[in-house]
Amino acid sequence: MNITLKIWRQKNRDDKGKFVTYKLGDVSAEMTFLEMLDYLNEKLIREGADPVAFDSDCREGICGMCGLYINGRPNGPRKGVTTCQLSMSAFKDGDTITVEPWRAKAFPVIKDLVVDRTSFDKIIQAGGYISVNTGAAPEANAIPVKKENAERAFDAGICIGCGSCVAACTNASAMLFVSAKVSQLALLPQGRVEAKERVRAMVQAMDELGFGNCSNTGACEVECPKEISLSHIARLNREYFTAGIT
Amino acid sequence: MIKLDAKIPEGPLSEKWTKHQSSVKLVSPANKKKLDIIVVGGGAAGASAAASLAESGYNVKVYVFQDSSRRAHSIASQGGINATKNYKNDADSDYRLFYDMIKGGDFRSREANVYRIAEISNKIIDQFVAQGVPFAREYGGHLANRSFGGVQVSRTFYAQGQTGQQCTLAAYQALMRQVKAGKAKIFARRDMLDLVVIDGRARGIITRNLITGEIERHSAHAVVFATGGYGTIYYLSTLAINSNGSAAMAAFRKGALMANPSMAQIHPTCIPVLNEYQSKLTLMSESLRNDGRVWVPKQKGDKRPANEIKEEERDYYLERKYPAFGNLVPRDVASRAAKERCDEGYGVGETGLSVYLDFRDAIENQGKDAIKSKYGTLFDLCEKVTGINPYKEPMRIYPASHYTMGGLWVDYNLMTTIPGLYAIGEANFSDHGANRLGASSLMQCAGDGYFILPVTIGDYLADQIRIPKIPADTPEFDEAEKAVKDKLNKLMSIKGTQSPTSFHKRLGHILWTYSGMKRNEKGLKKALEEIKELQEEFWRDVRVAGELYELNHELEKANRIADFFELAQLIVLDALNRKESCGAHFREEYQTEEGEPKRDDKNYSYVAAWEYTGDILKSVLHKEELIFEYVTPVKRSYK
Ligand SMILES: Cc1cc2nc3c(=O)[nH]c(=O)nc-3n(C[C@H](O)[C@H](O)[C@H](O)COP(=O)(O)OP(=O)(O)OC[C@H]3O[C@@H](n4cnc5c(N)ncnc54)[C@H](O)[C@@H]3O)c2cc1C
Ligand code: FES
Repeated sequence: MNITLKIWRQKNRDDKGKFVTYKLGDVSAEMTFLEMLDYLNEKLIREGADPVAFDSDCREGICGMCGLYINGRPNGPRKGVTTCQLSMSAFKDGDTITVEPWRAKAFPVIKDLVVDRTSFDKIIQAGGYISVNTGAAPEANAIPVKKENAERAFDAGICIGCGSCVAACTNASAMLFVSAKVSQLALLPQGRVEAKERVRAMVQAMDELGFGNCSNTGACEVECPKEISLSHIARLNREYFTAGIT
Repeated sequence: MIKLDAKIPEGPLSEKWTKHQSSVKLVSPANKKKLDIIVVGGGAAGASAAASLAESGYNVKVYVFQDSSRRAHSIASQGGINATKNYKNDADSDYRLFYDMIKGGDFRSREANVYRIAEISNKIIDQFVAQGVPFAREYGGHLANRSFGGVQVSRTFYAQGQTGQQCTLAAYQALMRQVKAGKAKIFARRDMLDLVVIDGRARGIITRNLITGEIERHSAHAVVFATGGYGTIYYLSTLAINSNGSAAMAAFRKGALMANPSMAQIHPTCIPVLNEYQSKLTLMSESLRNDGRVWVPKQKGDKRPANEIKEEERDYYLERKYPAFGNLVPRDVASRAAKERCDEGYGVGETGLSVYLDFRDAIENQGKDAIKSKYGTLFDLCEKVTGINPYKEPMRIYPASHYTMGGLWVDYNLMTTIPGLYAIGEANFSDHGANRLGASSLMQCAGDGYFILPVTIGDYLADQIRIPKIPADTPEFDEAEKAVKDKLNKLMSIKGTQSPTSFHKRLGHILWTYSGMKRNEKGLKKALEEIKELQEEFWRDVRVAGELYELNHELEKANRIADFFELAQLIVLDALNRKESCGAHFREEYQTEEGEPKRDDKNYSYVAAWEYTGDILKSVLHKEELIFEYVTPVKRSYK
């Protein structure tokens, strides 16, 4: 198929950036979206032009490295997929596709479609862990965990830290990301000990790093490639509320 | 002249590590504060090491090329992690895991190292559970297990098909805690391009800041490489696409030995190549072989849809050829068997290059829900990539490059032949011999990082406590920085016509054809010639777009591929040298009449460790003889 791409090009952090249009023929519906961009880049290289910078690594939806804003939606039109898992069969001949980086104050653009997400690391640094030194762990079966709780913790723990939730949110809030970690650790007995300090510290870090407030629009849940549930935000709110009442 | 000394402690196998721990030199907490350690890599190995070293008091600096250490390739590992808890009461023990790994590795690994990893496997699970890894549980709240290829017990701990993600995040979180504590510092989006050796000791690295392109110097008292495997050298592989062999080659060029470089694991259960644009192959976890049955039609070229092929028309070839282990034979055996069936014309799918992995019987026996709870994520992944719904029809699978058993040679302390340079995780060669068993890499990575390196590095650093901060303005740093800049400038200046990726594809094709699942002398020699030619063409005609001093993925790729050319030649040299078939290394000249590998213990019971001499083709072979005191190498039979 033939497609037209409108891609955000920005030389570096300080550059203003602009959309550049590319026509691309011979696109196969079997390609993934990123393979289509690889194909474009190979063509640009052959023509002596500058290829488009974008991030990716695992290319199977688990590392969270990719993530593009495609036709006004994080990871494009399909539900429950990362950008690297998006297939070109989601588009048809003659389509125009707009490709942008995540837009959020806390994720400055580095070049073209590549953004800086170190603010996510900083949120985890604030408290997204259980404080146990290597060697200090008790026997693994010493603390039984209800199967159901382990499964719910897993459902939260599968967050890949890609930032789709922030990109989807009109306030650029990181609440789904924060709540997934808070929820995972709060559901496990091992994590309960520090639950109060954790939720306070992580929410505070999120605010300080320039992410917006959560106003419960639910766009994050819809766009999350791992389909992480809003119920984790509800749990975070409960944890946060009880953390306040000491 | 390098003399290999594996430094294996004296004493009975099961006491070596305990005794070693009580005899290594210690560094006091006050002195640890004065010592700096560089860790390159933030995967299961790097993050666990960095966190543990920082907790114990050292100043740790971590370098990764992704934007966060959470994104290391380890995040993609799927099926599980082994430990000898024996929660299933199936007579498991440290010795059994040790034996399974030694046998699985086809008697080409070191007894002492393998026993040690088996011995600490339980502590790894304890640590991960305490850190909040949501492993699968039974109804009573206790941990669940499943089995993996090459073993007859259930000792694998898992979190659906995302065990690696959960374990890697736990290690990452522990590391983030140390960042907050001020004991660890992360240098993300950095490519480590050279190792700096001063007076024979590893003292620092040269990195390129991948955002600004600046070349930077970093110094420390010791350097740890946790840089992962190089299975991407085949171009298409199950690894994250930026995984590479450059760190290993940097160390190699500075005098570290590369061990068994040709030992590359081709994993049997991957989604087959679907088209020519493909950039990556997706693994379907081996755990699927617990319940899935592998088959091809009995009739050559049978193109009917799988569900129309009746039971008696199906050849469950693994169950037929290997009744004792059936679908759970080790990876190398399963991969070769699939290749053999497809080469004979029984393969399925459009290309004929795939076999079926079928869950029909498992769903019938255990119910859809039970299967879903075990493999839900993997089935969804399969449907996303191929459109095949494994609840309704069998998956199609084919082998793909997956893991490298070969890597930097290390002694029992995980130190390379360069004093002060350590290699941990997939980057070293240590525990898997000629073939790795499933769920044993995460174990090795975490074992190296949490429990082994923090002990053994002290033995070296105890002698370094009087050495003040290492300056980064020495002639050795000048020289290393200059070499890096020269190489990058050269790559930028060629301004040829072909992209780095196009070279990578061609290189991968050569290796896959001649040095993949089956190898022979003629093919390997041809491979050497072709690689050399392609390498010359690369240095003549590669086009690296963009600038040196900016974010430039093309330059990153070109640099990695330049190193791959050297590594590829070393792989072929190693494969040529080893005139036997063992594990993943199958030389067609050395097989039985039934097509089973013929190992030659008399002549090849050694680790092949290669030394750089300035010309890759003149690399010198050193042999570390493998001494088996506790097991007797037997013919590896899964029949
Ligand atoms: C799809 C898949 C599934 C798997 N499933 C399992 C499983 O179920 N169980 C199991 O035990 N094993 C499994 N494995 C194997 C296992 O995942 C890997 O062997 C293991 O994760 C390697 O970890 P590592 O820490 O050694 O390296 P990696 O996780 O590869 O990390 C390498 C690190 O080094 C950094 N790095 C590398 N080179 C440089 C450089 N030059 N400069 C700066 N930084 C650098 C990277 O940024 C990264 O942080 C699987 C592998 C694959 C491909
Ligand atoms: S590249 Fe890893 S999630 Fe897309």
